[in-house]
Order: sequence, then C-alpha cells, then structure tokens
Amino acid sequence: MNFDLNTVWFILVGVLFTGYAMLDGFDLGIGALHLCTKDDTERRTLINAIGPVWDGNEVWLVTGGGALFAAFPNVYATVFSGFYLALVLLLVSLIFRAVAIEFRSKQPMRWWRQMWDIGFSIGSLLSGLLLGVALGNIAWGVPISVNGEFAGTFLGLLTPYPLLVGVTTAALFMMHGAIYGVMKTEGALHDKLRVWAMRCIIFFVICAVTLTMATLLYVPHMAARVHEQPWLFSIALVNMLAIANIPREFHHRRDWLAFLSSCAAMITLMMLFGLNMYPNLVYSLPDPGNSLTIYNASSSPKTLGVMLIIACIGVPLVIAYTVCIYWIFRGKVKLDRMSY
Amino acid sequence: MDVLTLARIQFGATVAFHYLYPPLSIGLGILLVVMEAAWLKTKNPIYHQMARFWTRVFALTFAIGVATGIVMEFEFGTNWATYSRFVGDVFGSALAAEGIFAFFLESGFLAVLLFGWDKVSRKVHFFSTCMVCLGAHFSAVWIVVANSWMQTPAGYHLVVHNGVERAEITNFWQLVFNPSSMDRLFHVLCGAWQTGAFLVVSVSAWYLLKKRHLDFARASLRVGLTIGLIASLLQLVSGDSSAREVAKYQPAKLAAFEGLYNTTSNAPLTLVGYVDEQDQKVVGLQWPGMLSWLVSFDTKTTVTGLDAFPPQDRPPVEASFLFFHGMVGIGFAMIAIAALGFLYFRHGSLHERRGLLWILVFSVLGPQLANQLGWFAAEVGRQPWIVYGLMRTPEGLSAVVKANVILTSLILFTVVYFLLFAVFIYLLNDKIQHGPDEQDLVPSGKLALPTELTHHEKP
Repeated sequence: MNFDLNTVWFILVGVLFTGYAMLDGFDLGIGALHLCTKDDTERRTLINAIGPVWDGNEVWLVTGGGALFAAFPNVYATVFSGFYLALVLLLVSLIFRAVAIEFRSKQPMRWWRQMWDIGFSIGSLLSGLLLGVALGNIAWGVPISVNGEFAGTFLGLLTPYPLLVGVTTAALFMMHGAIYGVMKTEGALHDKLRVWAMRCIIFFVICAVTLTMATLLYVPHMAARVHEQPWLFSIALVNMLAIANIPREFHHRRDWLAFLSSCAAMITLMMLFGLNMYPNLVYSLPDPGNSLTIYNASSSPKTLGVMLIIACIGVPLVIAYTVCIYWIFRGKVKLDRMSY
Repeated sequence: MDVLTLARIQFGATVAFHYLYPPLSIGLGILLVVMEAAWLKTKNPIYHQMARFWTRVFALTFAIGVATGIVMEFEFGTNWATYSRFVGDVFGSALAAEGIFAFFLESGFLAVLLFGWDKVSRKVHFFSTCMVCLGAHFSAVWIVVANSWMQTPAGYHLVVHNGVERAEITNFWQLVFNPSSMDRLFHVLCGAWQTGAFLVVSVSAWYLLKKRHLDFARASLRVGLTIGLIASLLQLVSGDSSAREVAKYQPAKLAAFEGLYNTTSNAPLTLVGYVDEQDQKVVGLQWPGMLSWLVSFDTKTTVTGLDAFPPQDRPPVEASFLFFHGMVGIGFAMIAIAALGFLYFRHGSLHERRGLLWILVFSVLGPQLANQLGWFAAEVGRQPWIVYGLMRTPEGLSAVVKANVILTSLILFTVVYFLLFAVFIYLLNDKIQHGPDEQDLVPSGKLALPTELTHHEKP
C-alpha cells in the first residue's frame, strides 16, 4: 500500500460515507421503526428525536457524493449512470423522508399525518436498503466494459448477495436508530423502544453472521487481503467484539456505550470493506482487469492536493460545530411549540 | 423523444423546480438576520415576532430546497456521465467545496435557528441565524463558481487520461475567479435577496389590505421594502456589468440575447420586440447605438453578431432573446414597484393605495420569474456548448443510459414535484392565513434572559 494522495482520498471518501452511516444511519433507523407505534405523541417524539440533526447528517452523503465526484470522477460517472434507476429510487426515498418530517406536523388531520408517516417510514427504510444494495454490488463486482462504462442492467443489480447486504444495512440502521431512540426518550415509549432495539439487535446479528459466511464462501476477493495479511484479522476481531458488545451494554442499560459499540461496528465493517477493496473502487466482474481503481479513476494529483487542503480546513470546522450542536440538543426529547 | 432531449428536459425541469427554493433561503436568510439584529438592538418584541414567523416560512422552503437539491448533485452522474468524466477534476472540486463549506454550516446551525429559541441565549441564536445565512450564501458562491466555469472556463488545461481527454485544474484561484464568476455571483445574490424581500413585502401588503396584524405588517414592510429596493437597484448595476462580461467572453450569447445577426457598430438595443428567425432580424422598438454604448460606453463600438459564428455554434436565438428580455423587463418593473412602495410607505399613505398594495401582493412572482428566465437565458445562451468552447451538449450524455429509463425517471420526478409544490403552496397559504403568533410578542426561555440581566445591571 503506497501512502499517496489517491490512497488518502480513498480513505477520506470512506470516512465521509462512514460518517454518513453513523449519523444519518440512526435517522433512517428511527424512520424505519416509525410505524411501530400508533400513538401520535410517540410518533412526534420519535421525529423530534432526530428533528434538529437529520438535515446536517444527510449532508455527509451530499459531501461524500461531491468528494467522489471531485476525487474519482470516473467512479462517480460509471456508478451513477450505471445504477440509474436504483439511484432515482433512492432520491425519491430521501425526498419523501425529508419533506415528511417538515410537512407532517403542519396539519392536525389524521389522514394527513398518516400519509406523511408512511412516506417518512418507507422512505427511510428504502434509503437504507438501496444504499446497502449499491454497496453490495460494488463489493460483489459489476460488469464494466473496457472503456470503463457499466455494462449490466437494472435487474442484474438485484442479485442475492447485494440484496443480503441491503437487508443487513437496513437492519444495522434500525438497530442503530432504536438504540438512539432509547437514549432520547423516556416513559412508555422508552420501554417500547427497548424491546424493539433488542429485536433489531438479534435481527442484525443474524444478518451479519449470514453476510460474513456468504462473503467468505462466494466473494473470496472481499476477504483476500485479510487472507494474505493475517494481522488484519484483528480488525475483524474488533468488529465481532464490537457487535457482541452491543447487546451486553444494552442489557446493562449503558445505552450510550451500546450506541458507541454500534458506531464501532460500522467503522470496522467499513474498514474491512475498504481494506479488501483497495485499490479498487468498483470491482469488475467477470473481467477484474476492467476494475475502476484509485489510479485509473482518479482526478489529477494537483486536484487531489487542492481538495486535501480544502478538506483539512473544512472537516475540523464541521466536526467542531457538529459537536456543539449535538451538545445543545443533548438529553431527552421534550415536545414544545417549536417541535414538529 | 431521444436521449438528449429527455435528459435536457429532465435536468431543466428538476433544476427549475429546485431553484424556486434556494433564492428564498438566501433572501429570507438576510431578512432574518436584519430582523433579529433589529430585535437585539431595539428590544422591540415586534421584531422577535417577525423573526419567529419568517423562520417558520424559512423552514418550509429550506426542507424542499434540500430535498430537491440532492437530486441535482446526482443528475450530473446519472444523465451526464461523459460530462462528469470530462469536468470532474474541476467542477467536482467546486461541488465538494460547497458540501464542506456551505451545506454543513447551513444545516448545522439551522437546528439552532429553528429549535434553539428556548435553549440558547439571544446572542448565540443571532450568531446561528448569521451562520445559516452565511452558509446559504456560500452555497451560492460555490455553485455559481462551478456553473461559471462552464460558461467561461479558466485555470485548467486539457489532458489525455486513460485515452480520454479531460479538463484538469492548473490554478485553483483562476478557476474560482474565472472571468464570469464574480459578476454572475453578484447577479444571482441580488436576485435571491429580491426573492426573499418581495415574499415578505407580498405577505405584509396582503395583511394591510385585509386589515390584519397591522403592526406586524408595517414592520415587515419596512424591512422588506428597504431590502427589496436596495437589491433591485443593485441588480441593475449587476445586470449592466454582467452584460459587459458576456459581451467580452461569450459574444455569441450576447448576440442571441439581442437578436443581433450582423456584426456592426452603433448596435441597437431592443426595448420590446421579437426575433424573426426566418429573415434574421428583430421586429420591435429599438434604441440605435445603445447596445454598443452599454458594451463600452461608446456607440461606435463594434458588437459581434451571430454572423461571426458558423450556424452549428449559434445558440437558439428566439428563445435566448425572449428569456433575456423577459428577465430585464421584470428587473425594471421590480425597481419601479419597490420605489413606489417605498415612497408611499415613507409618506405614510401606502395603506390607502389599494391598487399599489395589490401590485405588491403579486410582486412576489416577479423575482421568481426573473430568476427562472435569467437562468434559462444563461443556459440556453451557452448552447450548443455544455462547457463553452470545449464540449458540446450532446457529447456530455451518459453512454449507457437509454431514453425509456430517463423518461421513467422524468415522469416520476414530475409527479413527485407537482405533489411537493401543491403541498408547499397549501402549507405556505396556511401559515400566512394563520399569521404571526401573538405568543411570540413575549420571548420565552433563555431568550428572555438578556433583557432582565440588563435591567439588573442598570444602577
């Protein structure tokens, strides 16, 4: 592994998407669980738990997309034009998720709220699922032509392995969201969420184990680097321990630590994904020679350098005020007249 | 329809719908800063009530702006993949900078602006409002820089990468300050300030007509009309300087704007009229020599006509002409409306002039329409190029995307956007009918603290 600019940007794009998963992951998870309660006040509490922060969280995806465009334009072009319909579905899901939060509380009618509740919930669930399917396809490999264009079809993206990654991602987000919900609520809803969270944890663990087995059996290139360099297995070990630690901390009502373990699980999963992909960004199947890598798909060194300066100025600022804002809105959700 | 037409319709439709909202965020952002500053300075609770009411409207526009904005970022890749490969090195950088510097700032502090009223002190809240406004302006900076690079590319060189030619950055600051970016940024911002100001003016004028919330309406009108008039006058200055920039760097576009087929000195400016594309002339009322004079303050200046360009390099003349003149016409009308409103408001007799009040109610449509027409003129006038002089629009299309796929997504977006627009109008109307909240005349929570503290501090 050369530690050049291309590698730095490989890591930075990974950091942005991991940040997105850790932050908007709980928003999407809360959304997916939204219909589990029928009570209007409880639904409002759930929405207001993410109300002040979901918007900033979604920016991680926008910036991740922008960084991909700037650093690896060929990947951005190939994947976005290749996964066309899947991405349009993702966009519509994200649109409904976003506007439903804003629109729902503006009218008291039952049908009105019901309508946006469904939009919010399905939009959130589908967003997680589709992001997972996209990631799964990139891991499994997609047909890439000699000139770097996508050579598959929309239905060709919906094969079992990517769908399994999709379901696992949705399960991960639901678990993450349920734990976040437990942290932000009290009373009856808190108890209800505690039960859901436990179910989500079990569901996620089943998915994660299945996905690990499937990856080892059917996607050998996604385990190749760890196979070659056994010390990297430590990351897999940390990942397993982090996942195992989630129910443990949760059982002892250390919800905050359970949430952090969930974040750690996401980080290590993304690290394993990145380490095994490197230096590929999109794995080409059946001809791995056409894979898009951090070298043949990247911008010029000059641009990567300029962008690195921008990132070095921007990212610390972003982290600083994101922390401040989470601090201002810490604690349990209290509904008031500004709430959704 | 072919892929090219569908892809262009889709991009045009989604960006036109999106662009109803960002100018409102930018413009209302400025007004919110002014209202909160006035409240901090004068302690007059009416300003607090105003800030709270317009914040709720701001939240509504912001949500749709964000939701429809992410579509734009994705569309470069989905529909214009070849373009994305060609410009990613340059254009992508500006887009990524927008994410890092603008969107995080805007959406982060938005939380405090919307939900922090009772949680933070006045000064922290005011700071957050300023940051949201700044973030909205930053996003305009970077996106206009990116678009201006497509109009007047600079700071790049063409390099063959993996057998395909593409643009790469040579000088980042030349890219940012390309010949048209600052003129166009100023033009876009003036348009956005007008959009925000005239929304406030329109709603306030309607309250005056209906004799509702009179104190609120008058205070809002003062802020709205002042900013609206300043922005409209600045827009005139900006439009004038933008036209000179276009004349210098995109002469084919200026020729299309004015329907000028023959290169000539003493070139006329058309006040009203239309282009007869068959006979290659403009029919209408013209002011001889004025275009030459506007380009360089001298009627003897030669202005390049469309005859200097081979037919395949000319933009659609009729459309460019109409969009451009529509925008300019509205621009002048906005100055007149703002000035009349401002004068009668200062005179204290605005509430008696029901005709003018009705004009003010509908004035909200002016900047919105001018924004749309202006962008249509800018983008149609750049044709047949997607990047001026470097890449033609059909060359930028995605290689693998089929027409039926674009049609499917176009229909989907159209349905969803019509729904969003209907809901937006319904909720906006609801908020306006409901009016400002009487509760907001009394600040609550930590916001109430500073006033008490200053009371205690007084000996």
